[in-house]
Amino acid sequence: MTYIPISPNERDAMLKEVGVKSLDDLFDAVPKKHRFPELDLPRALTEMEAAALLGEMATTNENVHDHLVSFLGAGAYHHYIPSVVDHMLRRGEFYTAYTPYQPEISQGTLQAIFEYQSLMTHLTGMEVSNASHYDGATAAAEAVNLAYAQFRGKRRKIVLSPSLHPQYREVIRTYTQGLDLEKAGDGELADLEAGPEALTSLVDSNTMLVIIQYPDFFGRIYDYTKLIEDAHAKGSLVCIVANPTALVMLKTPAEMGADIVVGEAQPLGIPLWFGGPYLGFFTTKKSYVHKMAGRLIGETVDNRGQRSYVLTLTAREQHIKRERATSNICSNQGLLALASAVYMSTLGKTGLQQVANLCYQKAHYAASELSKIDGFGLCFTDPFFHEFALCCPRPASEVNEYLLEHGILGGYDLGQDYPSLANHLLVAVTEMNSKQEIDTLVEVLKEME
Amino acid sequence: MNVPSNLKFAKSDEWFDAASGAVGISDYAQNQLSDIVFVEILVEEGEEVAAGKIIASIESVKASSEIYAPASGKVSAVNKGVSDKPETLNSDPYGEGWMIKIEGGSAGDVMDAAEYEKFCEGRTH
Amino acid sequence: MSTPSTSLTATIVEPTIFELSSPGRLGVTMPASDVPTVDLPPRDLLRSELPLPELAEVDVVRHYTRLSKFNYSVDDGFYPLGSCTMKYNPKINEDTCRLPGFLYTHPLQPIETVQGNLVLMFELQEWLKEISGFAGVTLQPAAGAHGEFTGVLMMAAYHKSRGDSKRTRMLIPDAAHGTNPASAGMLGMSVVTIPSDERGNVDLKALEAACDDTVVGMMLTNPNTLGMFDEHIEKVVKLVKDCGGLMYGDGANLNALLGIVRPGDLGFDVMHFNLHKTFSVPHGGGGPGSGPVGVSKRLLDFLPSPLVGIVEEADGDMAPLYGFITPEQSIGRMKAFHGHFGGGLVRAYTYIAMHGPDGLKDIAQYAVLNANYLQAKLRGTYTIPYDRICMHEFVAEGQFAGSDVRALDIAKRLMDYKFHPPTNYFPLIVHEALMIEPTETENKDTLDRFADALIKIAEEARTQPELLHTAPHTTPFGRMDEVKAARELVLCCWLPEGYDSEK
Repeated sequence: MTYIPISPNERDAMLKEVGVKSLDDLFDAVPKKHRFPELDLPRALTEMEAAALLGEMATTNENVHDHLVSFLGAGAYHHYIPSVVDHMLRRGEFYTAYTPYQPEISQGTLQAIFEYQSLMTHLTGMEVSNASHYDGATAAAEAVNLAYAQFRGKRRKIVLSPSLHPQYREVIRTYTQGLDLEKAGDGELADLEAGPEALTSLVDSNTMLVIIQYPDFFGRIYDYTKLIEDAHAKGSLVCIVANPTALVMLKTPAEMGADIVVGEAQPLGIPLWFGGPYLGFFTTKKSYVHKMAGRLIGETVDNRGQRSYVLTLTAREQHIKRERATSNICSNQGLLALASAVYMSTLGKTGLQQVANLCYQKAHYAASELSKIDGFGLCFTDPFFHEFALCCPRPASEVNEYLLEHGILGGYDLGQDYPSLANHLLVAVTEMNSKQEIDTLVEVLKEME
Repeated sequence: MNVPSNLKFAKSDEWFDAASGAVGISDYAQNQLSDIVFVEILVEEGEEVAAGKIIASIESVKASSEIYAPASGKVSAVNKGVSDKPETLNSDPYGEGWMIKIEGGSAGDVMDAAEYEKFCEGRTH
Repeated sequence: MSTPSTSLTATIVEPTIFELSSPGRLGVTMPASDVPTVDLPPRDLLRSELPLPELAEVDVVRHYTRLSKFNYSVDDGFYPLGSCTMKYNPKINEDTCRLPGFLYTHPLQPIETVQGNLVLMFELQEWLKEISGFAGVTLQPAAGAHGEFTGVLMMAAYHKSRGDSKRTRMLIPDAAHGTNPASAGMLGMSVVTIPSDERGNVDLKALEAACDDTVVGMMLTNPNTLGMFDEHIEKVVKLVKDCGGLMYGDGANLNALLGIVRPGDLGFDVMHFNLHKTFSVPHGGGGPGSGPVGVSKRLLDFLPSPLVGIVEEADGDMAPLYGFITPEQSIGRMKAFHGHFGGGLVRAYTYIAMHGPDGLKDIAQYAVLNANYLQAKLRGTYTIPYDRICMHEFVAEGQFAGSDVRALDIAKRLMDYKFHPPTNYFPLIVHEALMIEPTETENKDTLDRFADALIKIAEEARTQPELLHTAPHTTPFGRMDEVKAARELVLCCWLPEGYDSEK
């Protein structure tokens, strides 16, 4: 079926007005030999058939709601999403609107995203948030673009923590292949137990940006104040990639002196959705706002004296600055920024603190119980938030296969990215995991041959 | 359109005062850009610049523009005031809105005021 | 921390969620912990304050419901934004993309547990290949601009793999979207602007003069932003390819080409799709988009990783096993995980499945009919600078001889007639441009009413220009002070002064 609301009679009247005989006559400019190809696609389905087909495909999956108990995180987390979030997202006024280029009839989107910016600003403690990026990884890559623009290409080295999410490091490498940058810090031999200060020696007068993660990829919590001070002494900027749920509890990156704080806001009310779309947040200091990529919403008044909001500083973006722009980005994750704003508002200060505390408590219970099992142990001794590296007596992939047979989605196999951690699982625990689920995990692992 | 007769002008709309070494953007340019909201001066005091080199970047509410040195020489002063109050470029482009001073400057490819006025008229559609 | 004084005198139409906050008010709360309590991290690792709002659920619902009513959307009415393809977003897509099997799958699950997702992705790759005539497709890019960047990275990688290091110039027509030069700029390429000729085609002489062995390629939107299908497209492609360049197609305007012509057949090497334009993924107030990229055979090896492929062939009764594969000379990963699966790919898959080959061709034909019909109705009242059969959109001039009314005024006045304005001031090569794209999901009555409104506005421009200069009048908000926003730069709001969350 199609959604075309034009009857044959109306079509004929319109063709007459245009002055052509048939619909096909509208395409004379298209080279004849390639015109009107026969597309080899399945026949059209009705809505009923499509609903059935998609329903069937979806049920082919084993999901973490109906089938699997999940301890998998590594950048995407299973949290409870209050019902109200999707009810707000389902309003056609929000999801079928375009970018708010006409502010007189877009104040809904504009104020909601302005509030999102405010929420992220306060969560990170930074001064400015943009209207969001594609995801946490691309937001981290945009931090590199900011630093590159800030130093106008005069500094050409970035220092990457080895405990920054491996996929984020990959994306940064992809993004910067045209910039001829030196990259240091995350080589195969990097010492994963060395702590953040190990990066200090790599920061020199050519370094434009140091990127670290908080809590790091292994869930560890470090105070980066000293590292940041040292990096600043060399003139470098520092970007912290942060988990927003952890920020509810932990010292803010701003207090540590970070210049840029980015991250994946999926934990704030966005479903796992097999990896996307998610929400990259990007916050920084006010002095870098002109070098920051992405949309920005500012407060103003209209000609009737009403407080209102507009897209602002647009002249730094691609549609005006073209090849001189910091980035080519021209969208934001509008609807998902709205989702996270509704999520944060609905839980509010107290609800968010409860979520963070539950994650912390349950993860520590799990870590403590798991490390009591023979042959298992915690890989690191540093404080952690809701994720930890678990040393196993067998390769992590085998442990995961075994767990899956018992309906448990195990942790992330760290051996995929860190050869020295072949027997290690990265285990994530959230408020969604009951004590009973954790106990089952422990029991099942105890019985592993 | 205000075009002071004592100044020289580049095709890219910068003015140069040979007497004081001051450099800025013309009244025509500020009018075209409309409300200027950001000025970033990209050279420092003591730096040598060659005519045609980018010395600043400007953003208005609807446009962005690079500013080029209309003369070669040593930068002897940078007007920090315009970065703090970019709107000065709109309100007083030939006075408080000066951007840098180039010492011992030799003008690049510039026009006198009369030529520049004619040049601008030719661009208005 | 204090509230800035920006708008002390302004009327507050809807307070912010921070202003609505009240100390101690609760919304959704969480269950009590069921595990033994352990100590929090050391105090110096904890934050001292959390200045976030406190609201009840009903406060939140009413706030966002009120905000939603300030928006104009496709569900409200006609939204003819040129180059944005604001077509109707079918409701069934909203259901399919939220099926629990899609919603609750983790991106790092073992592939054996997510075959439904992987089959969907594999088939969508195949369908997009068939629709566009390309040899391979990646679903990873998050948006059109992200797809462009992916494409330009592949073009650079292709030349580099051949040791062809002197290619640094990207040819881009003057009618192009700003993302094109910005994408090339991200790789440090220099941009060469190619003018359009008087019929809205690429100026062949200028193109020929620009083509040499330093050309990376050309980024061409076809139909272009004037809504014109290039009448010499085959010559354009040949000129670029003869000098060793690659042809990039900006798929922003693909809606006009579904079932009409395949860019791959025309010789394009790479193109991004905008699933949020062509394939009905809602725009979401600015995103998320979804920007898969198709490539010709010679770029296959450079696609980003990972792609979805068959990792174990079908065997007897056993279905094939789908999984992830990495192309040999891949440019790498463009984002974390696998693309905008739920919000983008599932909706687009649903949409294509429901249209089939004939339905897709209908989309293009009616999109083009609607644009030509509007163009015909407005010709005579508005100047159409490139006046021939257009594709899915056309550009009119929003100005009249002897009048100081501008495109902006016309756009704002249209809001009073309950229409969303067209794109204005783009493309840059038309003075006071009004770029109108009706899409195929509008009926004749709507188009007639819209044309009547524009004709009436032209009359008003003559008789009551002030009415247009001060428009809109009937919307909840009037024109904004954009200068104030940019100069004062208030980008954040706070809890009210003196707010004591401990109360």
